[in-house]
Amino acid sequence: MQPFEWSTATSISDAVKSQAGAATAQQGASVRYIAGGTNLVDYMKLNAETPRKLVDINGLELNGIERLPDGTMRIGALARNSAVAHDESVRAAYPVLSQAILSGASTQLRNMATTAGNLLQKTRCVYYRDPSTACNKREPGSGCSAIEGHNRMLAILGTSAHCIATNPSDQNVALMALEATVHVTGVKGPRSVPISAFYLLPGSTPQQETVLVPGDLVTHITIPALPEGARSGYLKLRDRASYEFALSSAAVVLKVENGRVAFVRIALGGVGTIPWRTPEAEEALRGKAPTAEHFRAAAEVALRAAKPQSQNAFKVELAKRCLTHALMQASQQA
Amino acid sequence: MAQETQTNPKPMFESKVIGVSTPRIDGPFKTTGTAKYTSDHNFPDLVYAWPVTATISSGSVTGVDTSQARKMPGVVAVYTHEDIGPLYRTPPAAGFSMIQDERRPPLEDAEVRYYGQYVGVAVAKTVEQARAAAEAVRVSYKQTPLNINGTLLGTPLSTPSMRRGSHRGDAAASFEASAVQHDAVYKTPSATHNPIELHATVAVYDDGRFTLYETSQAIVNHRDTLAAVLGVSPENVQVITRFLGSGFGGKLWPWPHSALAAACARNLNQPVKLVVSRSMMFQSVGHRPAIDQQVKLGAETNGKLTTIVHNYVNHTSMADDYSEGCGEATALLYSCPNVDITSGMARRNVGTPTSMRGPGAVPGLYAVESAMDELAVKLEMDPVALRLLNEPEKDESSGKPFSSRHLAECLKVGAEKFGWSQRNPAVGSMKNAEGMTVGWGVAACSWGAMRIEAKAMVELLVDGTARVTCATQDIGGGTYTTFAQLVSHETGIPLQKVAVVLGDTRLPDGPISGGSWTTATITPAVLSAAQNAVKALVQVALRAQHSPFAGKSEDDLELVEGVVRLKADTSVALSQEEVLRLANIKAVSGNAESRGTLGAHNDYSFHSFGAQFVEVTWQPEIARLRVSRVVTVIDAGRMLNPRTAQNQIEGAVVMGIGMAMFESTEYDERTGAPINASLADYVMPVNADCPKIDVTFLDYPDYHLNALGARGVGEIGMAGVAAAVTGAVYHATGVRVRSLPVRIEDLLVPAHGHEVA
Ligand SMILES: Cc1cc2nc3c(=O)[nH]c(=O)nc-3n(C[C@H](O)[C@H](O)[C@H](O)COP(=O)(O)OP(=O)(O)OC[C@H]3O[C@@H](n4cnc5c(N)ncnc54)[C@H](O)[C@@H]3O)c2cc1C
Ligand code: SF4
Repeated sequence: MQPFEWSTATSISDAVKSQAGAATAQQGASVRYIAGGTNLVDYMKLNAETPRKLVDINGLELNGIERLPDGTMRIGALARNSAVAHDESVRAAYPVLSQAILSGASTQLRNMATTAGNLLQKTRCVYYRDPSTACNKREPGSGCSAIEGHNRMLAILGTSAHCIATNPSDQNVALMALEATVHVTGVKGPRSVPISAFYLLPGSTPQQETVLVPGDLVTHITIPALPEGARSGYLKLRDRASYEFALSSAAVVLKVENGRVAFVRIALGGVGTIPWRTPEAEEALRGKAPTAEHFRAAAEVALRAAKPQSQNAFKVELAKRCLTHALMQASQQA
Repeated sequence: MAQETQTNPKPMFESKVIGVSTPRIDGPFKTTGTAKYTSDHNFPDLVYAWPVTATISSGSVTGVDTSQARKMPGVVAVYTHEDIGPLYRTPPAAGFSMIQDERRPPLEDAEVRYYGQYVGVAVAKTVEQARAAAEAVRVSYKQTPLNINGTLLGTPLSTPSMRRGSHRGDAAASFEASAVQHDAVYKTPSATHNPIELHATVAVYDDGRFTLYETSQAIVNHRDTLAAVLGVSPENVQVITRFLGSGFGGKLWPWPHSALAAACARNLNQPVKLVVSRSMMFQSVGHRPAIDQQVKLGAETNGKLTTIVHNYVNHTSMADDYSEGCGEATALLYSCPNVDITSGMARRNVGTPTSMRGPGAVPGLYAVESAMDELAVKLEMDPVALRLLNEPEKDESSGKPFSSRHLAECLKVGAEKFGWSQRNPAVGSMKNAEGMTVGWGVAACSWGAMRIEAKAMVELLVDGTARVTCATQDIGGGTYTTFAQLVSHETGIPLQKVAVVLGDTRLPDGPISGGSWTTATITPAVLSAAQNAVKALVQVALRAQHSPFAGKSEDDLELVEGVVRLKADTSVALSQEEVLRLANIKAVSGNAESRGTLGAHNDYSFHSFGAQFVEVTWQPEIARLRVSRVVTVIDAGRMLNPRTAQNQIEGAVVMGIGMAMFESTEYDERTGAPINASLADYVMPVNADCPKIDVTFLDYPDYHLNALGARGVGEIGMAGVAAAVTGAVYHATGVRVRSLPVRIEDLLVPAHGHEVA
């Protein structure tokens, strides 16, 4: 770990100012906000992240979780993962979000981890974390060690010739299916970004993971109300029963009316370079009867573009089973 | 010193402590955080060492640039192979001393033979500064081609040909002639020991003398080995391990960090602490090697075994020979006229392997017991019945009778407890209450029992307490408690009044904590030492001034519950305190030394046995496999402390589940780096993966091994688990996994009868 400076932000504008001068808010950022620290500090210890300065934002009052009059849920950037997952109104309105968060990490980590920190957590690709290896995400232009190496955990959707790393988050998969909006305050003031436009595919610049620019502080996220009668759920498949990242996961929102799928949103985790929304699969389901065959057919559509790597071809079938089963579960809820 | 006495053990039924579930006497220290583990030792002027590790696995160091590192804050020194100073190789192991798996001292030369090998070390005032400096050292290399090929059988060996092990009859001919044949290769990957406590050394140097606080499962061997490496005499090395955060075999023999820390302390004349990082744990402190095992079984159509062939190759490092004894149990588990076991080693650019819990038998029985399960399928025979049919009368490899063997009873009791008679052998045919598919598997297991040499001393003190000392160590299994139980049993002094002092080489030489030998080994030494201490106390009682026993002889007296009394008239009595106060003696002591069975002539074949019954649940719709139930029945002699013994079996079963389902150290083929070298990436069972584990001990004392009939339970519980799991997986899914661990991708195939090798 390289030596770094520590400062404490006393206001949002103070925080924004302290990061504004940095060259990038992406990989290689010289100034980083620190929230729970559960991702950032780990990676600093491994020299995968090498900020010169940390700005502690924990003093900012950004931890509220509230239901706005129009039914929108507003979750502060610093709301702890455990607080969100156990919040009564979140559990009632968005079971998928609560389930997704609780399926991740451990109790201790969730007690520290924050909404924004989770939103911005880095990939678990083993090469990204090992500075003795080539990695385009960590060191642009150095090459990708994973493509011909250990890639069992990595992505099959949204990959490029430069990077195949998975976005490892569970929370973000749920947020994708819930069409959340990320609210950011930057040098030019506040703005909001729909989550579908928040993450960037790796392409030839895998070091750029989001649309954030220097100074941008995530202040909160909002989640629109779901249609009356919609069910939601999260299913995560992994090597062991707990405390492990997804090999494949699915967040689904489903409303069945008169024996037909009236509303559906699907996002996949563990398989995409970003939390993976699949409008085509949703389209394929709309108006169909909620049967295992139709769900499986939608899953086929969702994985149509899958491009497996040397060790993870199994994820294609696994993701299909995962999505099919998640939809089955949602359709069977009372 | 007195020799052990086999005579006159206390009859079992009288004991208030032997065979009684006893909480660990050191438990409160651990639960209150006052137990001082190795890296908890601190000294004034202590500095921290952090190794510089190779990022290639084959080649040599061509240059080391330490200039930047030396300038960094807090840095005291940076050493490389050019200036670390003298470190010697140990002479070849002799009996149970000078054992070391990696025999090259650290920084001996510029050669690099595995990824993570130490190529330098930085020393600084804080651990963070040392780590930062080590990372700032720039090393350049000349690389040579590396070999970490995961295929072992059929690739070039370290020796001209396979080494022949136990054999009898004519296996080749009988296999050809067998009515039913099974021939398959079973693969187990490299596995890394991951005790929570990292390996560590705190080295204190004072005028030619080293005090080494170590994470060691064998302090006496560590002392002798490090003395040789450091080039000093053994009396100038003291090794201390008061508490160990477990080792699983990985901490049996010294690894290079120990010599590195000691050399830094010597060079700087300052105490040095070196804690090996978690990722280094995957590189330079041993691992269970990858192994390929071919098993050929031949049988008559009624299931009677005619042939067992077991050929296996394990990987070893470029510089050292580590051979995994996979065939140990194969030779004696079943009755079979034709047996042939051969083994070999194949060199790879990996760190030197070492023993991991149940070395040899654990991977060996995975292969042999899987083959038995496959044979049972071919024979259309129940796998429990197949094993019972082939139960031997004696150890057919040595011709000796077993000291105590109850494998058949283990199988029968286990089958009963598990409900085995309900098993429908058809693949995928069984469902649980929730409608999930279940699979049931079984395996037998065996583990050699042994005693090695040990010395111990027992003192009886004027304050009415006892103190027992021995240079062995408690690695977490409950050895402190066993010592207290033994002394309390022999002297009648209550457990609470027995102080146990272990983990320091200034004490009488004790055994290694390995091989599950500790209990069997210390029992005779401690009982004899206690008897000798009691004799000494009686002598004092007879001779003390104004003794009420004046004129009596030793035979007239007895010590009962801390009171010396006349056998003929028990009202004539003096407490231990009174005797010693009367004589103005602070303490009397008894020493004893017991011999080992290792290398000695034995009339019996000493082994423990057991049976593992496993249930898995399988949800094909989400490819979810879980171990849902385990029944384990163990025949390992008398349980001195059923409570800690049960802990050992439960923990071992969990490790067995890890072996079957999760654990695998993966190497990057291009660099030789263990790529999943962290607790996040090296998957092991967590609590949610641990099913209900039902442990039964048959509790037949093995009096041929020692007076209390105790064998040992540290390893046997892990043997057989992986085979029972893969058998259950086959029963549930139709997929036969012959390459561990069982992974989701192995099970995603829709069809039955698939094989994964
Ligand atoms: C052992 C382990 C297991 C895990 N398992 C899982 C799992 O199964 N599933 C899963 O989803 N996750 C898992 N995680 C990851 C965990 O969810 C993340 O570490 C956590 O969510 C990060 O939150 P944090 O607040 O600690 O972030 P930090 O580490 O504080 O920050 C992470 C990043 O976000 C940036 N950041 C933080 N807040 C803001 C803000 N307000 N505005 C702009 N930038 C900000 C930081 O600068 C940094 O770049 C695991 C982590 C560990 C260590
Ligand atoms: S997959 Fe991405 S993160 Fe992993 S090594 Fe390649 S470039 Fe780096």
